[in-house]
Amino acid sequence: MTGAILFAIAIAALLLAVAVWVVVARTAFTATVGFIVYGLLLALVWVALSAVDVALTEAAIGSGVTGMLLLGAAAQLRATEANVESTSLPLKLSAGILCVLVSGGLAAVMLDPPAVAPTLAPEATAKLSATGLGNPVAGVLFAYRALDTLLEKVVVVLALIGVWSLTPDRAWGGVPGLRLYARPSGTLTLLAQVLPPVGIMLGIYMFWTGADNPGGAFQGGALLAAMWLLVMVARLQPVPPTSLGRLRLLVTIGPFIFLTIGFAGFALAGSFLAYPIDYAKPLIVVAETGLTLSIGVTLALLVAGPAERSA
Amino acid sequence: MIDVYLIIGSFILAMVALGLIRIVRGPDTADRMMAAQLLGTGGVAILLLFSVATAAPSIVDVALLLALLAAFAAVAFVKDVPGSPSDISGATDRS
Amino acid sequence: MTHVIDTFTIVMLCAGAFFFLAGTVGLLRFPDSLTRLHALTKVDNLGLGFIVVGLLPQVDGLIGGLKLILVWLLVQLASAMAAQLIARVARVERRS
Repeated sequence: MTGAILFAIAIAALLLAVAVWVVVARTAFTATVGFIVYGLLLALVWVALSAVDVALTEAAIGSGVTGMLLLGAAAQLRATEANVESTSLPLKLSAGILCVLVSGGLAAVMLDPPAVAPTLAPEATAKLSATGLGNPVAGVLFAYRALDTLLEKVVVVLALIGVWSLTPDRAWGGVPGLRLYARPSGTLTLLAQVLPPVGIMLGIYMFWTGADNPGGAFQGGALLAAMWLLVMVARLQPVPPTSLGRLRLLVTIGPFIFLTIGFAGFALAGSFLAYPIDYAKPLIVVAETGLTLSIGVTLALLVAGPAERSA
Repeated sequence: MIDVYLIIGSFILAMVALGLIRIVRGPDTADRMMAAQLLGTGGVAILLLFSVATAAPSIVDVALLLALLAAFAAVAFVKDVPGSPSDISGATDRS
Repeated sequence: MTHVIDTFTIVMLCAGAFFFLAGTVGLLRFPDSLTRLHALTKVDNLGLGFIVVGLLPQVDGLIGGLKLILVWLLVQLASAMAAQLIARVARVERRS
């Protein structure tokens, strides 16, 4: 057991140190780099806690998509950063005290758990065979709480609409202002040619294996988004204008298929998002296929940002 | 045997922690990128050790993902780092 | 037999950890960006390589072993290209 304790202490200490670094960093860029490092370490923590699906999502979103998004945002803010007044000391102290109180409360709950942990996990795994899935997380996402998953996917599309609403009027429908490399070197071009095929295969594999092993549509989609961003940033493919019909179709097709399956549930199995007994797994796989595509395209467009020049 | 994996994993984590000093100190962008690479490779090593220690093959998938994203993060890093010469970091495509 | 395998694994893992140590020390102590980069790439190549070789006998089945080797190859490929990218940044920064 000593190995496990040693590792737990090491990673907890490192996480705390990195968190302090993120808070005291002086520029947004440094804080963002710290945040990406924090995300990677957190992925290790999730694995140590046996939550592999969460670890996959943390790595794909934190170091992949959100990392690039925040770095781009920090770059855009750099011009005005020097003029921002820093917050006053009493405000910083009160924020610090509030954080300590919340952390203390959480620690008190975690370090003194009730004798029987309140959890639905045993019942969730017991009923899983009816859905044909092997991964309990997929069961929760697509069978027990499918409505939540549907709403989440719609929220992602709404987020994209929110980002697009920042477009100036003259540029509506135009090309997003994703910062690209001015003159990509041979190495960068090689990287952007070699990695995406591997990444796309891995993304499809992660979505496909999500039915029975850790993985799923979100993780696969996030990896696809990262690979598409890589290709665009290295100037191997142009950034598409936001008015492109095919683009908008890809963004909406996932939620649309899922919604259709949901309404078909009225006819086939009696209520919204209910699955007929033997067709549960194929329907879920069809829904996940559409969702992987949509999530990939939508996340990449979220990073690309609002249109900045007309097409 | 499991203890051996976890002790080696903790050792590699300590190495990664030392590497993070290089991210903070710099002085060049290149040094920071290198420390990030070390974090990525160290993370992959720790995940592989975990996978064998807990006999959970799905953790190797996380390692695969991390390997890909380490290179992706290097590209994203250089794109937006402050003060890089213009042929490295890209200006917004306004042409 | 398992004793021999376990000993082999431990030796290989320690070799891998040694190269991680060497690479990290190099990253911290070498005088120049390019020399530090040289130290770092040894970590990816040899450090991870020894760890993968050490873990290979402990994994069940051919698929598990192939996956481990795939991870190692992918890390080598990606970090080789990233190392070239970093070297380019280092060269340009040194000039300016």
